[in-house]
Amino acid sequence: MSITADNVRHLAKLANLALPEDELVRMAGELEAIVGYVQQLQDVDTTGVEAIANVSGLATVVRPDVAGEMLTQREILALAPEHNEVAILVPKVVER
Amino acid sequence: MSPRPPTASAIEIAAAVNAGQSARVAVEAALARAEADTLNAIIRVHRARALAAADAVDTRIKAGESLPLAGVPIAVKDNVLVRGIEANACSKILKGFVSPYTATAVARLEAAGAIVIASTNMDEFAMGSSNETSVFGPVKNPVDPTRIPGGSSGGSAAAVAAGIVPVALGSDTGGSIRQPAGLCGAVGYKPTYGLVSRYGLIAFGSSLDQIGPITSTVADAALVTSIMGGADAHDATCAPRTHAELAAATASLSPSSALRGLKIGIVPEHAEGLQPGVRARLDAAKTALIAAGAQLVEVRLPHEKAAVAVYYVLATGEASSNLSRFDGVRYGHRTAKPETLGELYAKSRGEGFGREVRRRIMLGTYVLSTGYYDAYYKKAQQVRRLICNDYANAFAQCDLLLGPVSPTTAFKLGEKLSDPLQMYLSDIFTIATNLAGVPAISVPFGADATGLPVGLQLQAPQWADALLLRAAAGLMALSA
Repeated sequence: MSITADNVRHLAKLANLALPEDELVRMAGELEAIVGYVQQLQDVDTTGVEAIANVSGLATVVRPDVAGEMLTQREILALAPEHNEVAILVPKVVER
Repeated sequence: MSPRPPTASAIEIAAAVNAGQSARVAVEAALARAEADTLNAIIRVHRARALAAADAVDTRIKAGESLPLAGVPIAVKDNVLVRGIEANACSKILKGFVSPYTATAVARLEAAGAIVIASTNMDEFAMGSSNETSVFGPVKNPVDPTRIPGGSSGGSAAAVAAGIVPVALGSDTGGSIRQPAGLCGAVGYKPTYGLVSRYGLIAFGSSLDQIGPITSTVADAALVTSIMGGADAHDATCAPRTHAELAAATASLSPSSALRGLKIGIVPEHAEGLQPGVRARLDAAKTALIAAGAQLVEVRLPHEKAAVAVYYVLATGEASSNLSRFDGVRYGHRTAKPETLGELYAKSRGEGFGREVRRRIMLGTYVLSTGYYDAYYKKAQQVRRLICNDYANAFAQCDLLLGPVSPTTAFKLGEKLSDPLQMYLSDIFTIATNLAGVPAISVPFGADATGLPVGLQLQAPQWADALLLRAAAGLMALSA
């Protein structure tokens, strides 16, 4: 399984991760080595084996639909890198 | 060189404080030790908050209350949230993040009288096996400062092994409590998946993550976990159980009464590729266990050899999803002057995450991407089931499994940093535990010829935590 710098560039886009050019090449080599190692999974016979996502044994857990404690608007805004009195600020998304 | 716990155990401190000794004195002493830390194990000391909490405990005791952890100073890994305390998961992307709420595990310990005195260093987002990926720099092993303490809970393990605190919280996704505890000479316990609430733990791989304690004694680990474990409305994956029985699991047992009649499973493959010093301690433990009345049986985990591969598919896939929340919008690092929202996301993340985290996000994105999902992610989930089945078959023949924690003792700082795959393979004996969701504990069992600690691992079936702790206390007593 060969992984190229172009593959890495595409993955970085999917992951919303800006990577410097020199890291694209280095990461291609690193990912290729790790994916090569992971390739051994293909040798395991999993015919008829159901995938498992959850080992807790718990099925759908529900609770009464009652409002509980929550963070205040002020507490949430205080964490944001940019905000005004009522909202978190980001660059303009829609052009008029 | 050998680790020295100058500090009293949590049980001893709580007994003294309940008997009228000042919690403030115990906490002052721990604060002084934390402030004098030379290992980079402690990244933040919470002096004012801790002293106020100590005074509150003293007031409660004077009023006639008795608290199971009265005045016990604890440290928390930097991915465990405490209201009003900065937490970064040792990442630049969370610089300046002060938590607006407290993790359930910590809230329960504080209600029982424990006092958070410090935050401990860790691998960034718990991704690492040597505590070298932290934005705060590496932690030094207290037994030999030229060596790594293990990771990712390296600061917590070093803080306990150096005697700064009797108890430090860690998190374990593939061995991150047990491996550093083993390499530093401390006890590291990963409870059954779902025993301790993860509310307030910064998520890494949610089908694997578990909070647990690093301590000097098994009894302390049992007591702390009995208090912080149990159902939590804030974490739907936390099982609807209580765990008070754990507190008494290790009470006043001689090694032979803890171990007599137990069937201990040994996996022959675990003896392969061990450093001679580690192998010698494992062999010594087997001999001592037989002498204490346990029976050793050979069992197999045929799919365990695929565990590291399964783990680096599932854990990175889950991590790439969990870490998508760090986008520079609501909290944490934001890039300077982004032109567009897309640039804000990508640059904030590219600047905020360190190399190992970027690598794992990319790997996780790869295994989840169109065309590869079935070949990697689904395949890994199928092999995970085979590993779970292996454990079920093994535990049909024995009560517990005994093996090494790591193939080697603590390696040198920088030794494996440039080779991610070699670093991943240092977790080869701890990863399958998380995949199967079973409990496991790392028990210090002497040292190699150069004095470096060797940890041995016991694993038990899901929810057999009390049995695990009882046997671990017995095993540890045999190492003396």
